[in-house]
Amino acid sequence: MAASDVKLLGARPSPFVNRVQFALNLKSIDHEFIPQNLAEKSELLLKSNPVHKKVPVLIHGDQPISESLVIVQYIDEVWSGPPSLLPSDPYDRATARFWAAYIDEKWFPLVRDLRNATDEQSKAAAVEKLFEGLKLLEDAFVNSSNGKGFFGGEKLGYLDIVLGCYLGWVRAGEIFTGLKILDETKTPALVGWAERFASHKAVDGVIPEPEELVNLIKMFQARAAAAAADASTK
Amino acid sequence: MAEEVKLFRTWSSGYALRIVWALKLKGIEYETIFEDLTNKSPSLLQYNPIHGKVPVLVHDGKPVCESLVILEYVDETWKHNPLLPQDPYEKSMARFWANFGDDKLMKSIWQLFIAREKDQDVAAVEALENLKLVEEQLKGKKFFHGETVGYLDLAFGWFADFVSILEEIMSLKLVDGERFPHLSSWIQHFIDAPVIRDCWPPRDKMIIKFQVMRENYLAAATPK
Repeated sequence: MAASDVKLLGARPSPFVNRVQFALNLKSIDHEFIPQNLAEKSELLLKSNPVHKKVPVLIHGDQPISESLVIVQYIDEVWSGPPSLLPSDPYDRATARFWAAYIDEKWFPLVRDLRNATDEQSKAAAVEKLFEGLKLLEDAFVNSSNGKGFFGGEKLGYLDIVLGCYLGWVRAGEIFTGLKILDETKTPALVGWAERFASHKAVDGVIPEPEELVNLIKMFQARAAAAAADASTK
Repeated sequence: MAEEVKLFRTWSSGYALRIVWALKLKGIEYETIFEDLTNKSPSLLQYNPIHGKVPVLVHDGKPVCESLVILEYVDETWKHNPLLPQDPYEKSMARFWANFGDDKLMKSIWQLFIAREKDQDVAAVEALENLKLVEEQLKGKKFFHGETVGYLDLAFGWFADFVSILEEIMSLKLVDGERFPHLSSWIQHFIDAPVIRDCWPPRDKMIIKFQVMRENYLAAATPK
């Protein structure tokens, strides 16, 4: 299919968009990336994802698909040749989906909490919670990788994409707070995995540099402070 | 060797009911373990150490957790009477709407259910907007995937039961036939569908349970 048949509506700093980019790159799918201004949403975005009005949206032919995990699975099923993103065994697939749900519903909100933390105490508390989650993910990695380099085994797979997309924000969180989140004394397997993931050719260049994300964190916090100040003076 | 399938559930969990339906629709023999979530069994905590929740499906000793994950596992393991569509785009739509049901619809219905009287109008706005989106999905269809019960019906199944419970407890009509003809019709068809209709928890017990829950929420929300 021509590149114009596959479009990705996205925004570079969004880890959810990055996930889809990893999947497209891994499968060598030609596509057009259409950057979106999330402060002023385009007609195309509103038409393609009327329910949530969010990125990423994959448009394949004329069919839009939304929600990053739904999109990644769609890509795996439509472009079903190697490399496979999800494992083939139903139990292994269920395990991967379970951890994907955990990462998105339980763990990533902790990264957000860190972004919103303004004083030293709440920053330390946020990092502590993140670390507890990472311990679980360390075990999941050891079980899933079977001694190989990725959650998917020898090759990058679904869970690598699902967790790996957050590495930029994790690093930005470390710079912003001055605290270590991925610590080789605590989660050595994940630290090794993170390095391999970041240097994989399907990943290289997709995630923005941590410094850019740190600036975004500062901007979010400034906006939140301004909104709070506004609210309290009314 | 006969395979061993166990399902950890509670009598009232709508999430667990999804799996009960799925297993029965596929004719799979299984053992039920009812849990008391105020006093969780060591087995439940062993099989679901991260969340300690139901449902958990244990297949030949291996646990699967999270109801939508379990549904896909059941569908992929026992391939007859498929629950999910085969077409990848249709499958994506099913997954998208199941997520919507759990993330947006359920939350907004619950917010309405526990809202204080003065907050009910605002809570109803979001709930009704979400219901309109579901109504759209059912246009021209008896069930979400067409003529037979499938994945999305099971995912939204909790709603078919809970609507009338909410309406009775709150003395209001949420899904009226004029405003939501397709949704109303789906509820009727689903509640009475073969296999589905044999599994509903006792209504009187549900009314009491949710009435007590609502009273507790309202009491906690009342400023002292």
